[in-house]
Parts: sequence; C-alpha cells; structure tokens
Amino acid sequence: MLDILVSGLLLSGTYALVAMGLNLQYGVARIMNLANGEVLVLGALAAFWLYTTAQISPILTVILVIPVAFIGNWLIYRFLLTPLVRRSKSQGALEVDSILATFGMSFIFIGIMVSIEGGFFFYKYLSEPISILGSTTSLNRLVAFLLAVLIAAALYIWLHYSRPGVAVRAVSVSTEASGLVGINVPRVSALTFALGGTITAVGGALISTFITLDASIGVVFTLKALIIVIMGGVGEIRGAIVAAIILGLVETGVATLVDPGLTLAAAYFIFVIILLFRPQGLFGRRAV
Amino acid sequence: MNPATVQELIWAGVLVALAAFWPMMSNGYWLGIGVDVMMYTALATSWMLFSGPTHYISLASAAFFGVGGFVVGSGMSDYDASFWSMLALSAVIGGVLAALIGLATLRLSGVYFVIFTLGLAEMIRNLVSWVQNNFLGSRGLYVLTEFTDAHLYWMLLLTAGCVYLLGWIISRSRLGFALRIIGGDETVARHVGINTAMAKVILFTTTGVFGAIVGAIIAPRWSYIEPNQVFSPQLSFFVVIMALLGGSGRLWGPVVGVIPFLLIWNWVDSNFPNQSILVLGVAFLVIVYFLPHGFVGRIEQLRARARGR
Amino acid sequence: MYRRSLFGLAAALAVAGTSLFAQDMIKIGAIAPKTGPLAGGAVVTQWPNVRLWVEEVNARGGLDVGGEMKMLELIEYDDKTNPGEHIKLAQRLATQDKVDFVVAPYGTGFNIATAPIYGKFGYPMIAVSAITDKMEELTTRYPNLFFTLGTTTAFVDGVKEILIEQRDAGEIGNEIAMVNVADAFGIELADRARELFGEAGFDIVYDKSYPLGTPDLSPVMKGAKESGAKAFVAWSYPPDSFGLAEQAIIEDLDVKLYYSAVATSFPAFKGAYGNKINNVLGAGGTNVDNPAIAAYRKAHMDITGKVADYWASANTYASLQILEQAIVGAATLDREVVTQYIKDNSFETVMGELSFTNNFSNTFWSVGQWQDGVFRGVKGSNVIGAVPVRAKTGWSD
Repeated sequence: MLDILVSGLLLSGTYALVAMGLNLQYGVARIMNLANGEVLVLGALAAFWLYTTAQISPILTVILVIPVAFIGNWLIYRFLLTPLVRRSKSQGALEVDSILATFGMSFIFIGIMVSIEGGFFFYKYLSEPISILGSTTSLNRLVAFLLAVLIAAALYIWLHYSRPGVAVRAVSVSTEASGLVGINVPRVSALTFALGGTITAVGGALISTFITLDASIGVVFTLKALIIVIMGGVGEIRGAIVAAIILGLVETGVATLVDPGLTLAAAYFIFVIILLFRPQGLFGRRAV
Repeated sequence: MNPATVQELIWAGVLVALAAFWPMMSNGYWLGIGVDVMMYTALATSWMLFSGPTHYISLASAAFFGVGGFVVGSGMSDYDASFWSMLALSAVIGGVLAALIGLATLRLSGVYFVIFTLGLAEMIRNLVSWVQNNFLGSRGLYVLTEFTDAHLYWMLLLTAGCVYLLGWIISRSRLGFALRIIGGDETVARHVGINTAMAKVILFTTTGVFGAIVGAIIAPRWSYIEPNQVFSPQLSFFVVIMALLGGSGRLWGPVVGVIPFLLIWNWVDSNFPNQSILVLGVAFLVIVYFLPHGFVGRIEQLRARARGR
Repeated sequence: MYRRSLFGLAAALAVAGTSLFAQDMIKIGAIAPKTGPLAGGAVVTQWPNVRLWVEEVNARGGLDVGGEMKMLELIEYDDKTNPGEHIKLAQRLATQDKVDFVVAPYGTGFNIATAPIYGKFGYPMIAVSAITDKMEELTTRYPNLFFTLGTTTAFVDGVKEILIEQRDAGEIGNEIAMVNVADAFGIELADRARELFGEAGFDIVYDKSYPLGTPDLSPVMKGAKESGAKAFVAWSYPPDSFGLAEQAIIEDLDVKLYYSAVATSFPAFKGAYGNKINNVLGAGGTNVDNPAIAAYRKAHMDITGKVADYWASANTYASLQILEQAIVGAATLDREVVTQYIKDNSFETVMGELSFTNNFSNTFWSVGQWQDGVFRGVKGSNVIGAVPVRAKTGWSD
C-alpha cells in the first residue's frame, strides 16, 4: 500500500512536469500545442547529449535549458503563432488553426531531432536506490518529483500573488475583458507561451534521467498532457496538479493491485468518467 | 452547411463512375495511391458527416478504424472466419461503440469533446491489447487473402460513395435541417424542440460504422495486424487534418483536402527521402498559413470573385 | 584559350565516361523506419549495416555481374513505422524507381506486408528481423521470402533450455516471473512461452503484461520480486528493457536468471549500467572471438561510427552478403535467377556458412549473456562459440 502511495506520487510528479507547460499554453495563450511533446523531448535530447558527450549533469542542463527554451518558444509564438491569433475570429477557429499549425511544427521538430540523434537516448543518471518510508525507489525520480513540486509551487505563488501573475490569470479567464482593462494581451500570451514551453523542456530534461526517450515518442507525452490538462480543467494549475496526482496514483494502484496491462486503460477510463460527470474538468469553469 | 443540391449529387455520381476506371488506367504505384485516397476520403467524409453540422472535432477515427482491422484480423486468424462475415461484424461493433460514445459525450462541448474522444480511443487501444494478451493469446493476426489493390480500391470507392450518398440524403432530410440549426446555435435548437441528443448520436453512429468498415477493408492490405499500429492515434489526427484542410461546410470538402494532401505527401517522400517528415511539417505550415479556410474556403473565395466580376 | 578548351573537352569526356558507367549501376532499395516507434531499433541494427555494405562494395569497385563491374546505388526511404506508408513506398521502389533488388524491411509486420508486392515483382527478400511461427505457410505463399533469424518457437526454446539447465544445476527452482510488452511481438512470445515453459514443468508465478510506453515499471518489478521466483523473463522492447533493468537494480532483484529480450544486446545497455548488468541474458548473441565477426565489427565502427549490436546486426550484414554473392554467383541482375541461386547455394558470411532449406536458414543466435563487458552468445542454432551460461549474482558493480 505504501509502495503504491510513494511510487504513485513520484509518477504524479513526472506527469505534472509534462502537463503544466501545456496548461499555460492552452489556458492562457489559447494555443492547443500539439508540439508540446516534442518540446519535452528536445529538453531530454539536450540533457542526453550534454551528458553523453560532455558529462554535464542533467541538473545543470536544466539551468542551461531555461533561457534557450524561453527564447525559442517566445520566438515561435511571436513569428509562427501570432499571425494565426490575429486572423482568427473566434476561439474555435484559433483552436483549429493552432492544432493544424502545431501539428506541422511537431513534424519539423521530429525531423530536426532525428538528424541529431536517430536512436534512443540511452543514459541513466542518479539511478541509485533510495528508501522512502520503507519503499524503495530511485533517486532520479525523487529529484524530478521535488523539482516538479518546486515549479508548481513557484508558479502558483507567482500566478496568485504577483501583478504579472494576476494579469496572466485575467487573460486565462477572458481575453476580451483583459484587453478592456488595459492588459497587453498579446504580450502576456507570448510570455506565458514561452514560460509554458520552458517548463515543458525542463520537465523533459528531468524525466530523461529515468525514462528512455527517442525523437518520435513526443506524441505519447502530448496525449498524456492533453488528458491531464482537460481532466483538471483548462487554465487551472491546481487542476493540472490534482489530475496528475489522480493519474499517478490510479496507474500505480492498478499496476500493483490489478494488472500492469490495464494501467493506461484505467487512466483513460478515469479521465472519461470524470468528464462524464463534470464536463468542464475538475477545476474548470463552465463554458460561458 | 446548406442542403446539398441535386446537382452536387449528379456530379458526385459522375466522379464515382469515372473513379471506378482508375485501376484500369494506373500501374501498381498510382493504384496504391488511389487506395490511400479512397481510404482517407471515406474516413474524412464520414468524419465530416458528423463534424460539419455539429462543429465537433472528433479524434475517435482511429478507434473505429482499429476495431474494423482488429475484428477482421482476429476473426480470420484465430477463428478461421470469413472476411465478409468479419467485415459485417466490424461494422456492427463500430456502430454500437459509436452509439455508446455518442450517448456518453452529449454534455461535452468544444475542446473537452476533442480530447475526450482521444482519451477514449487510447483506452480502447490499451483494452484491446490487454484482451488480446490475456484471453485471445493469438500468435500474430495474419490476414492473408486473395484481394488485390484493385479490389480494395473498388470496395473503398463504394464505401466512400455510400458515405457521401448518406450525407446527401441526411442533409436534405429533417435530420439535416435539425443539424444545421444545432450547428448554428445549439441552445436555440433545443428550445425549438429539436432532440439534439438523438441527432448527434445518430450521426456519430454513422461515423463509427464507416470507420470500422474502412479499417476492415484495409486489413488485407497490411496482411499482419498489430493493435498498436491499427489503433494508432496518428490516424485520427490525419483524418481531421485532411478534412479541415479541405474545409468544413461542404460535404465534398474532405475529397478536396485528401487528394492534394496525399499528393504533397507523395512528392515530399520522393524528393526528400531522408528528411521527409521535416519537409512534410513545413508543407503543413505553408498550407495552414495560406489556406485559412481550407481548400473549400479558397475555392469559394475564387468563385465569389469570379461571380463578382 | 586552346588549352582551356582542350581541358574542357577532356573534362567533358571524363564526365561522359563516368556517366556511361553510372548507367550501369545496381539500384538497391531500402525502406525502414527513421522516425516513429521502431526507429530506435532500426537506427542501431538496420541502417548502419545497409550503409556499411554499400560503401564497402563500392570501395571494392562494385559487384562483378557477368564480367562487368557495377557499383551500387542506394535508394532509401523512411516508412515512419507506418504500414500504409511502407506499402506505398515499396510500390514506389518497384514501379517508379524500378530498383534491381531490395533490402528486406525491419520488423515482422513490414516483411509480411511487403511480401506480396515484392513477390509480384520477383524481388528476393532475405528477411532478418522477422520472427514468426508461420514460416512454412508464408514461404509457400511468398516463395521470394527467406527467413534468417529463427521462429518464435526457437526464440523461446533458447530461453527454455537455459531455464532447464539452471534448474538442473540447482540455481533456480520451478518458479518463473514472466512479463511482456503488450505489443504483437511480446504477446506472441509470451503466449508461446506459457506453453513451452509449462510443458517443461515450470510454474509461471507472476505473469503480467504492460503497455508499450509505460513510464513507470516499478510496480511490475516489485510484483516480480514479491513472487519470490528466482528466474525473471521479460519479452520486452528497447525502452522497457532499459526500464526493467533499472528497476531490477533499484529493487536489487534476487534472481539467478534474468532475461530481457530486445536491446539487451545494445552496447548502450552496458553503457548505461556498467557492471551491474553482468550475467544478464538477452535476445541475440555473437561470437566476438570469431575473426570474421571481429573484422566486421571493426569495419562497422570505422565506417559508420557506431558500435554494432550483439544480435541482429551481424545477421543483417550477412543477409546483404548473401544478396551480394547471389548476384555475383548468378552473374545476372535477373531476379528470378538470383532468387533461385539463393535457394540452391550456400554462402560464406560473417555468421559462417549459411544456406536455405525451404527458404529458411537455420543459423542464428537466440540467447546471449553479458559476461564481463562482452555480450557472448550462449544459445543458438548451428552456431559455434557458445559459452556456458553463468548465474546472476546480484546487481552491484
């Protein structure tokens, strides 16, 4: 039982890292970013490459990744996505456009990554056993979990207790109303998109220490992130965290008590059930 | 979406008749492309049948396609059933599955529906794998038939034609009228007494039936059925993308989206074999930026301009 | 000016001369994943060997086809691990590019999907990464299809034999913990294993599958540990082979026999875990002391910059050697003649002497073991150099 709790929570940390970035990008900037998984894998590729060629610790890579990911994602929003935002007359149209455009971007990212490293990112870091409350687990997962908690906490505090954070939350509620009260919506959207991409890339670097990724696996993580974001309710950080916890615990619980073959089926089943009874997600607002 | 005209139906009939001659005119390669065109046209048109009027984007195509392929694969490989009986069975299962999904998703809207269908497709994929592993224990699903590409082409052409015909009939019926109102404003539709729930479920069921049929027909082509391949989420995305590239609002939109997309894909594969996926992504972006309302939108624009002169 | 035009004329003649030669090239088609779920495996096992072979042959001046030296021209495509895509590209190779010969695809499903197409055009397919129990039926239907890596039964038999040996030696009991990836590959193998292990008197006390792409395999490993079995068998793919090994190390799994299937033989496996995975068993095997293999591995490293894996890499290269020798031996590019030549003759390859009976070559390694940093073959069919299996002794460095 304790095993399930510990492993499940650590898995939630992984899922939270995967989903927080997309939550910001979709909840605030209104971009349904299907290339989210590829950004994750880019972060992982950076960690893998720097570790295997220059023995640079992935923790250090995380710090290096932050500015690069921020600028990169900001540029993507500014030059590739802003034209779509400008020309879309409704949120529905923007969603459709962003799905199509980010789908194309995901292919471009895969192509770039494959030319750098076509195979699996085989490496392990901090793969030491560590015992938590009597349950064994590996150090790298614990580190990823702690960093996920840190990022989530920092994000939550920033969103609720700082001026720019309030602006971001305002935009996530309504872009029109925010514009009316003088918030520079395009700028906030761009910065939030960049922030979301940065968190995702950092997450990728961290999880690569214990999950073997390759250039084409991004889509699996995009799907997971989408499920978590929608299940938690769009635009709500608390929602994404709770959804990640639920999924982590359910998957681990099912794997231990029922059958590991049903983990993903059970996860999606929970997702489906939650949406059936609460169509706007756990913490989401009812559509206006 | 306006009611389809008789003129459109005649055009469609002519095109289908002409298309039937393709296998006689083309060699193996272009016939193969033709099979792909027919497959995606059938899938995208049946998707459009539901999404066009309701504006709901479904990512469940892979689930239905997979069901079709898996039923044929498992039936023929493990139980020595005939292809035709399994085709019929998969259509039934696809329809039932879609009806259940349709009933379940009535309260969802917008992106919640999109991701819900995606989650559902993934759940089905994992369930089928697990069932196969624990209960069917099959030694690989081999679908070895005597069908040639030409046979499959005609079967898919017939399927696509039926989808279109069904869409045409619906659009001119009371159901179609109801759907147009739902698409315009669902609250209004409900207030004027339209049973929006039933309408959506019926439509979604057709998507399921045809999706499964297409999956069943393609199974002989692949010869070896693996659940993870046949339930691939990528297929759902491609169907949606081809339909949206065609442009919503017209039932023939998907055809106009499928053919150029597959031709571009083919061109990229031939000329950039080592970087095909990257160039495909770029081509994608180019299309999205320069064809905001899909090909249909561009065609309508040109028509309007021509009329204006 | 005179000199320039003379030079230009000479250059033009030289170009014309080489283009005359260029017309006489042998077109070889190769389609395999470069992106998609199977790309990680193909990039290690398939593509480097294709490149190695083409470069080596061309460095020698090409192949002698009935007295004429012809160079190889490689036409490659990325199938994105998509059967529909692969089929389309195969048709392209056959009808548009009109290649002379093809390299068999990577993966059982893709070989079966393309067999009808290539069969129609008479291309011999010397399949490597295709493991199936339906070889007879398939080769009857597709007489152009050859298999070189063994059947599903043979694959499982290798592990079964080791289990029996270790049980007889008192290292393990009757209990086995078995897991498999929920993909056609893993499901087929697990299904066959249940039969064969059961017949041999074993009791599979932990028998679970996990979905492809499971991020956390610790529940699986904890379950296996709790079962108390001293033997652990995993029919796994690269990411999970790595994940399971990591978990086994973390949990300090107390087993005397540990087997995981694909990618255990990848050099990166040792790279990631060092000495901890000493005495781990995996699919494949090779005899590194064999001079032909050693030379092949060195050439592989020199030309492609990558280390060959310790399983199908050598077989893939051998299959290309067979194709080469068949073309030269038949002295023609006529595919029917070459296909018949493959059926009728034996070939000298890095895997030793290979020949086909009923389109099936019986020379392959099925199980190997990491012994002091080298992955050595321990079980196989018609192979020399198998070393005795050692029991696993803990997971420390």
